[in-house]
Amino acid sequence: MNEILQGMARAAWLVVTLDADLVEIALRSLQVTLTAVAIASAIGLPLGALLAVSRFRHRRAAIATLNALMGLPPVVVGLVVYLLLSRSGPFGVFGLLFTPTAMIVAQVMLLTPLIASIAHQAMRDLWADYHDLLISLNASRAQRIRALIWDGRRALLTAALAGFGRGIGEVGAIMIVGGNIDHSTRVLTTAIALETAKGDFALALGLGFVLIALALAVNFAIHGLARTEAGSRW
Amino acid sequence: MVAILPLRLEGAEVCRKGKRLLGPVDLTLSPRGFTAVMGPNGAGKTTLLRLMHGLERPSAGRIAWLVPEQKARAAQAFVFQTPVVLRRSVLDNVAYPLRLHGWARDAARALAADWLARVGLADAADRPATVLSGGERQKLALARALIRAPQILFLDEPCANLDGRSMREIEAILSAAHRDGTRIVMATHDLGQARRLAGEVLFLYRGRIHEAGPAAEFLAAPQTAEARAFIGGEIVE
Ligand SMILES: Nc1ncnc2c1ncn2[C@@H]1O[C@H](COP(=O)(O)OP(=O)(O)OP(=O)(O)O)[C@@H](O)[C@H]1O
Ligand SMILES: [Mg+2]
Repeated sequence: MNEILQGMARAAWLVVTLDADLVEIALRSLQVTLTAVAIASAIGLPLGALLAVSRFRHRRAAIATLNALMGLPPVVVGLVVYLLLSRSGPFGVFGLLFTPTAMIVAQVMLLTPLIASIAHQAMRDLWADYHDLLISLNASRAQRIRALIWDGRRALLTAALAGFGRGIGEVGAIMIVGGNIDHSTRVLTTAIALETAKGDFALALGLGFVLIALALAVNFAIHGLARTEAGSRW
Repeated sequence: MVAILPLRLEGAEVCRKGKRLLGPVDLTLSPRGFTAVMGPNGAGKTTLLRLMHGLERPSAGRIAWLVPEQKARAAQAFVFQTPVVLRRSVLDNVAYPLRLHGWARDAARALAADWLARVGLADAADRPATVLSGGERQKLALARALIRAPQILFLDEPCANLDGRSMREIEAILSAAHRDGTRIVMATHDLGQARRLAGEVLFLYRGRIHEAGPAAEFLAAPQTAEARAFIGGEIVE
């Protein structure tokens, strides 16, 4: 109990004084996860829509696989990306290991199945509604997907936010591929892990509260944006 | 535009899970005219319209337009028994078919606004289509179907949820479209409506065309016992 209070005090202090390290770490957390969410959404949202409107032979298997991939253990993803990017791996020449880019790559692999799967569920329901009409209007497949994505954008936003939620709190993968290097690849979650290991629970908790606040702030900001957009449209 | 009619159905059937829902149907739709498809609930009216429009595949037999199917679809429109509304504004719903065919947004919206006024939905243009009432949705669907001036228009009970006044307005729009050369095929339960609008009637019974003929004759003196019972029952109710 005492530690929690201390943690809150520590968090408040870090925030009020705009602690330079904290700001750097928090911004890097945001940069890594927001970039990963953007890339994963660019892949996952159309993929989910495509799965909803397409009929092909192994569709069920593809969807089942996607749903299973949602639960990919981050450490394993981290390990695989590590091996791919390490000096002796196939992409070793790029020297990406232990850079924020490597962390983004790992998170994209983690988030894409999650975002695609949630998007697919939302798009499937919308497609059930729209199916007859879009066929009747002779819409091409690309046009169908565009209609689903545009009219289902609220649901897709939720999918992206779920991806953000998973990414911002994730530690296993980015720890392995980023290495938690100070001033280079340290982010909130890896810093928390480090401080906990060092026994500085107050600082770890303080960082934890900052992390939660950050996640909430992004969610509220995006929902706010969505509402103003909705308000002006309707 | 290339003519897509006549439409020819030869021994066309629709089956689901081994059960025959429709057919075999042999039928030719001439390039002009107004056909009412009638029959009791479950007779196969919706299935027949969907088959002609290409939303159902024939399990047997064939169905042929003058031009290949994909091309023919572009000159058809369909108003569903339960209207489908897109989750966007009423105006954008009606403009959507034009947008699909490459119209610029402003031009599409201008024509859509025109059509909304014709079906009496001008006030609702900026509302989300999902809040429309059942009857308003049907008007929206009609405007959206007619906006590209199709050669043939399929309507599946388009007036089922409309009050008397809306019904008259919609009938006027359908008559005008028919006069301008749109082929119309409409499923309806409403004998009065069939009498007012239709030139010919297809009477479906248990998935087959049980009787067909000029509307006036069919409605005044149906030949088969089932059609007589159907019309008699409708009048009694
Ligand atoms: N997907 C389906 N699977 C099984 N049976 C179906 C399916 N679709 C329609 N049917 C059956 O086919 C028959 C014809 O249906 P249809 O909708 O064409 O009737 P309808 O004449 O339009 O009736 P209504 O006047 O009630 O609209 C019905 O008995 C219906 O239950
Ligand atoms: Mg029906």
